[in-house]
Amino acid sequence: MSSGAVEKRHLLTAKQMADFAVNGYLVLNEAVPQEYNERAEKEMREFAGGGGRYWFDSGVIRDIFELPQVKGALQSFVGTNPVYDHSFLHVVKAQHHKGQFYHADSIIDTRPMGFDVQAFYFAHDTPDEMGPTLVLPGSHLRKVSNGSIARYKNIAGQRRLVSKSGSIAFLHHGIWHCAQPNFTDVTRYVFKLRMRPGQEQRALFNTEGYNEKEIRDYIYKAGHHSWCGDESRVNQVQIAKFWRYLTGDNRVDVSFEGALTRMGL
Amino acid sequence: MNRTRQQILILHLAQPDLETRTVAWALYDGSKPKGALQMQTGDSSEPPYESVLDAMRDGWNVIQLPTMPVFLSGHEFEQGHLPYEYVLERKVTVE
Repeated sequence: MSSGAVEKRHLLTAKQMADFAVNGYLVLNEAVPQEYNERAEKEMREFAGGGGRYWFDSGVIRDIFELPQVKGALQSFVGTNPVYDHSFLHVVKAQHHKGQFYHADSIIDTRPMGFDVQAFYFAHDTPDEMGPTLVLPGSHLRKVSNGSIARYKNIAGQRRLVSKSGSIAFLHHGIWHCAQPNFTDVTRYVFKLRMRPGQEQRALFNTEGYNEKEIRDYIYKAGHHSWCGDESRVNQVQIAKFWRYLTGDNRVDVSFEGALTRMGL
Repeated sequence: MNRTRQQILILHLAQPDLETRTVAWALYDGSKPKGALQMQTGDSSEPPYESVLDAMRDGWNVIQLPTMPVFLSGHEFEQGHLPYEYVLERKVTVE
């Protein structure tokens, strides 16, 4: 995709970025117009190349990622000069009943807060029984190594990304996720594009209102994930540190009991 | 020939207390034939038992208690895998 900035109105809002900070993913429902989705779905179903070739061989996918609302979201995560990392057209065949194992993509990432973003584009409706990607909200900042979580099968709070056509889910690279079984007679497609930042990821979104009480209260409360159990407070503090990184404000404090301020962090 | 097979149930709890709530669960069933579907990722939203103690009351034997986390100076807030992992087993008879 091309470099260059979009208009401010196409950037993600503070509330949307707060959602991403808390959960490790953000879904833009039906962000892509239907004419593009229809072209993409037809192309995917007829595509005979390897999944890693789709981005290069497709006649429509790059146009989709040039749409200002899509480009604006990517710019909010990885800036105006993102670096293509890799992409893949993921396929779950009709009546494939085995779920993929839980994993985080790539390997352990040693960046303290920096991250790649992975866009999952659903060209066609993907209802629950069709195997939309399963994610664990709030798992994105934990250190695991690819399939080191493969023993897990079910975790409280896990969520399948049931999507209408034209929806794009933007996932933090570290989020725990897996493909799901397809109980329909129709093959399921999702196109994944991973982009690296071309700059430090501070204040790249529309930061207006990022420190207002409504946003602070939201991250404070929603940042406690039930599945973390006793660790939910510490997990929330990590989210609060992530919010400082995303906003570029090293003093904003949405941590549990103001721990970051209390400890002078 | 031994007609019993092992089932392994892995429960992750909210805290190291065996009576705290289950936050994650996985079942590996040795009585199922090769090729039969085991528990799948995302296939249930409710745990089979609310706690390890509840599973014990139903006949499961605990074969692993997790060791307590070690918090390294300078890395206290970093987290990874689920910490309070209990492994339970029971034997079932196959036909």
